[in-house]
Amino acid sequence: MSFRIIGTGMYVPPKAVTNDDLAQIVETSDEWISKRVGVKERRISENEFTSEMGLKAAQKALEDSNVKVEELDAIFAATVSGETSSPSMSCMIQHGLGATCMAMDINAACSAFLFLMETAAAFFALHKNFKKILVVGTERMSGILDFTDRSTCVIFGDGAGAAVLERGENYLDSVITVKGGDDVIKIPHGIGNSPYFNREQDKPYVHMQGQETFKYAVTSISQDITTLLENNHLNIDDIAWIVPHQANKRIIDFAAKRLGIPNSKFFCNIEKYGNTSSASVPIALHELAKSGNLNRGDKIILCAFGGGLSNVACLIEW
Amino acid sequence: MVKEKILALLAEATDTDAAEITAETAFADLGIDSLDLTEMAMQLEEEFGIELEMSPELNTVGKLTETVEKLIAEA
Repeated sequence: MSFRIIGTGMYVPPKAVTNDDLAQIVETSDEWISKRVGVKERRISENEFTSEMGLKAAQKALEDSNVKVEELDAIFAATVSGETSSPSMSCMIQHGLGATCMAMDINAACSAFLFLMETAAAFFALHKNFKKILVVGTERMSGILDFTDRSTCVIFGDGAGAAVLERGENYLDSVITVKGGDDVIKIPHGIGNSPYFNREQDKPYVHMQGQETFKYAVTSISQDITTLLENNHLNIDDIAWIVPHQANKRIIDFAAKRLGIPNSKFFCNIEKYGNTSSASVPIALHELAKSGNLNRGDKIILCAFGGGLSNVACLIEW
Repeated sequence: MVKEKILALLAEATDTDAAEITAETAFADLGIDSLDLTEMAMQLEEEFGIELEMSPELNTVGKLTETVEKLIAEA
């Protein structure tokens, strides 16, 4: 379709919180978390807001792609854990970079980074003068977690990932599914003190039905990968890597088993960072790109799923 | 048919001897956690063309077997 990725960047805060650390504040254990989620440690922000992490990832992606701020035609960002509802995260990052191009956010929880790429493809198609777009997923998930709920607080981490997209032909195909509903994953937010509103609101933390989330995630990964392969007359041997949203190692392992694809085809770094929501795919993509195991011309599949519910996968030539 | 499939899935997931498993056997006692159970449920859905809603009440071999058989009969 209409772009290629010319640079990536990531940022995670320095403080690593291990499973043993969490076992000090909530009833859990390294064994339980490792077996059920596949996370060994996660980075937790002590003094950086979501936009500041996003800005650092963005700066690294610009540096990696050798692109100057003034060359950007648009900045698209995603977060579910920003420090402000307004300005948007993209405006905060735009301000931090000193950019003057257009900027806007997309809300699609853990799937959002791939929605940004899809939107970028549409903008490249619509605006023939657009040459470069910056996309950023950034999260301070620790700011929206209930640290007394052991079923959720052990899963997530903080961090940011970014990519610079340049007009090109390497975004080959994509598939998007949205199934609205708040019964499986929900992140309520209630602020203000209206004296007129009289309904009880849910607490502003991540709420998740683990088993239903697992089913949805495994099913969506399996269907999306199969669809992309079929639609493009490819088989799995044509794909160098699958970069999935790093939600839970068990989800990735079971999806791989159902698809009959070796686990080694899936790039995983969840053990180091946990689930960083919209930042997880760009962080994984950055680490894969810098690992030396991804070559120009390789075909890769990125796939994500999350609150909405929404799931996306795309086929890219690196 | 359903019971045999569930026993086969349990044999795959645990080291337990099928002869020791009864309808009253709780999944937790076999070391089956909620995600193991979800994986089993998805395999049963695929095998029998049903949709199984996960619930904490599906906690024994007998209850799972009964629920799946009921869904197959209704399908």
